[in-house]
Amino acid sequence: MSETLLQIRNATKVYKQGKNDVVALQDFNLTIAKEPASIVTIAGESGSGKSTIANLVLGFIELTSGEILFEGRDVSQGTANEMREYRRNVQAVFQDPFGVYNPYYRVQHVFDLVVKNFKMANNKNQSREMIEEALNVVGLYGEDVLRKYPHQLSGGQRQRIMMARAYMVKPKLIVADEPVSMVDASLRASILDVMMRLKEESNISFLYITHDLSTAYQIGDKIMLLYQGTVSETGVATDVIDTPKHPYVQLLVDSVPKPDPNIRWEGEIILPPEEEMRTTAKAGCRFYPRCPQRMDHCKNNLPPLYTVGDRGHEASCYLYDEEVMAKA
Amino acid sequence: MSQPINNRSITETYENKDVVLDVKGLRVYYETPKGDVLAVDGIDFKLYEGETLGLVGESGCGKSTAAMGILQLITPPGRIVSGEVWLDSSNLLAMSEEELRQRRWTKLALIPQGAMNSLNPTMRISAQIRDVIETHEGRKRGDDIKERILELFKMVGLPGRIYDMYPHELSGGMKQRVCIAMAIALDPMVIIADESTSALDVVVQRVVAQTMLRVKEALGVSMIMIGHDMGLMAQMVNRIAVMYAGHIVEIAGVEELFYKPGHPYSQLLIESVPSLTERKPLKITEGITHDPRNPPPGCIFQLRCPFVMDECRSVEPPIVEIRPHQQVACHLYKEQEDGSVIDVRDIATNP
Repeated sequence: MSETLLQIRNATKVYKQGKNDVVALQDFNLTIAKEPASIVTIAGESGSGKSTIANLVLGFIELTSGEILFEGRDVSQGTANEMREYRRNVQAVFQDPFGVYNPYYRVQHVFDLVVKNFKMANNKNQSREMIEEALNVVGLYGEDVLRKYPHQLSGGQRQRIMMARAYMVKPKLIVADEPVSMVDASLRASILDVMMRLKEESNISFLYITHDLSTAYQIGDKIMLLYQGTVSETGVATDVIDTPKHPYVQLLVDSVPKPDPNIRWEGEIILPPEEEMRTTAKAGCRFYPRCPQRMDHCKNNLPPLYTVGDRGHEASCYLYDEEVMAKA
Repeated sequence: MSQPINNRSITETYENKDVVLDVKGLRVYYETPKGDVLAVDGIDFKLYEGETLGLVGESGCGKSTAAMGILQLITPPGRIVSGEVWLDSSNLLAMSEEELRQRRWTKLALIPQGAMNSLNPTMRISAQIRDVIETHEGRKRGDDIKERILELFKMVGLPGRIYDMYPHELSGGMKQRVCIAMAIALDPMVIIADESTSALDVVVQRVVAQTMLRVKEALGVSMIMIGHDMGLMAQMVNRIAVMYAGHIVEIAGVEELFYKPGHPYSQLLIESVPSLTERKPLKITEGITHDPRNPPPGCIFQLRCPFVMDECRSVEPPIVEIRPHQQVACHLYKEQEDGSVIDVRDIATNP
């Protein structure tokens, strides 16, 4: 086994809500290796727990149980200095390319703050060179970008500047929470391309959080699909999307509108009543109320991950348990 | 794409039908201290009976402004500079506010952007739909209106039990369907749906989109769908109008546009759709690059066009029908005297 960069073990997050606790994440496990750098996609619909993972890794919220290890050390037990180092090593890019900027400041300010906070440069020349290099990496050139105000840039450019900001501190991991979903479809490629290049040329890994399977398919290495706080399927992104095994993932892949007028959706889906979909259940398969292939066994037992293909392709569904299937 | 394009004898499926909405030379500008932003700068298109027309383009291209212009919902600093919008043999742009009010919902309905936030949070669902109906048709008996609303719910696949609920008790997809129910409540001729499924999860989006298709089919209503998700467009529309910086650069049947896009910008749009079946190199582009207050003379797309020629920098390209169901505003295509159309790139490569 190679050394691990990030390891999440049995992570559970429960949001207290009076009598109805919401289990946002249950017994979640994830390992990102140090070498080679990779893009790990966490995908799922709203409420699946994918942003909870981002917030946990970034330390915005605390685990209810379980642990997060960075380079083998428990993040929650770190000293002040270790935490500072962790914050440098793990950078974030968020969804909203409009909200993260202070509209009163020029782009230059974003970089100046980073240089100051991490005491990265001894003099102005050094700082300017670093900023210049970071901008070049994301495909932006020249002084005039730095002099612009955020409203003068497109959403794509703004997200790339956020990538440049993250890159400048030379992190080992970037948590990208829906970085392209508010950017125009035709401009998304420029951001995805930066992610690919940072991975390949600068050895930076990504935790890529998205609800969009097609971008994960294009740039992702490993993918984990979440449904209501549990992993439904995981594996190499192209394997999982080419041959989905979990009924939920099959439905999801099938529902992505194909950019081809001659491949239309087949069949209609009927969603169950709202109350049944918003389960706060702690037992049984979370997809049970919606599953077209549900069995009685699924109602009260949470399926573990079964191997369903090569290269670590796993699905949590009793359809792949021979014993359960033999009984049914 | 490399053969000369000619013959245009086949008649378009929709061109035989009646025109329900005819937009001519619509211009909508936004006033700023440094001059007007030319958000919609002279667009023309027709909407035929029973068809769905997609209006696509990147953010800032003017597609939502165009819709608001058609509906006469432009508010300052925006203003309609010129144009005509013909619906049911009258020009909406020449009407008084009262005449317009009578036509909204009854002839022309809107499913707004972020429709789920457009419901009144303090009114029950039934009361909001009732409001729409009674404003136009006068007071109704309670039982009649309830029956009618439940019928509408059934059409869009909503359960009757939400009748007395408030918007916050519904999910995004259900609220979206409430908005569809409202839009069809008075049997309009045209529905404009502005990015009406873009905030939904994939599976819910599919349910809502299929609801819209079914409702449209059942009522025979014409629809304009605005959006930037090309996948969704491929599933939903009959024809597509591609907008770039306030101009329509191509109008084509959905198959023509996806399989043989004519305008270089349409090609770029199609190529930038991420595939779910094959991994390919990413197609990288920048957004609209010119100042929308001072568009360059000539072709609007010249600054980003990979095929830009001298002519593009001075002469605005005319609209050329490059093949049946496909009209493109681009200097690459030249109409010959015999009516055929050639692609100038072919001449350049084989002299």
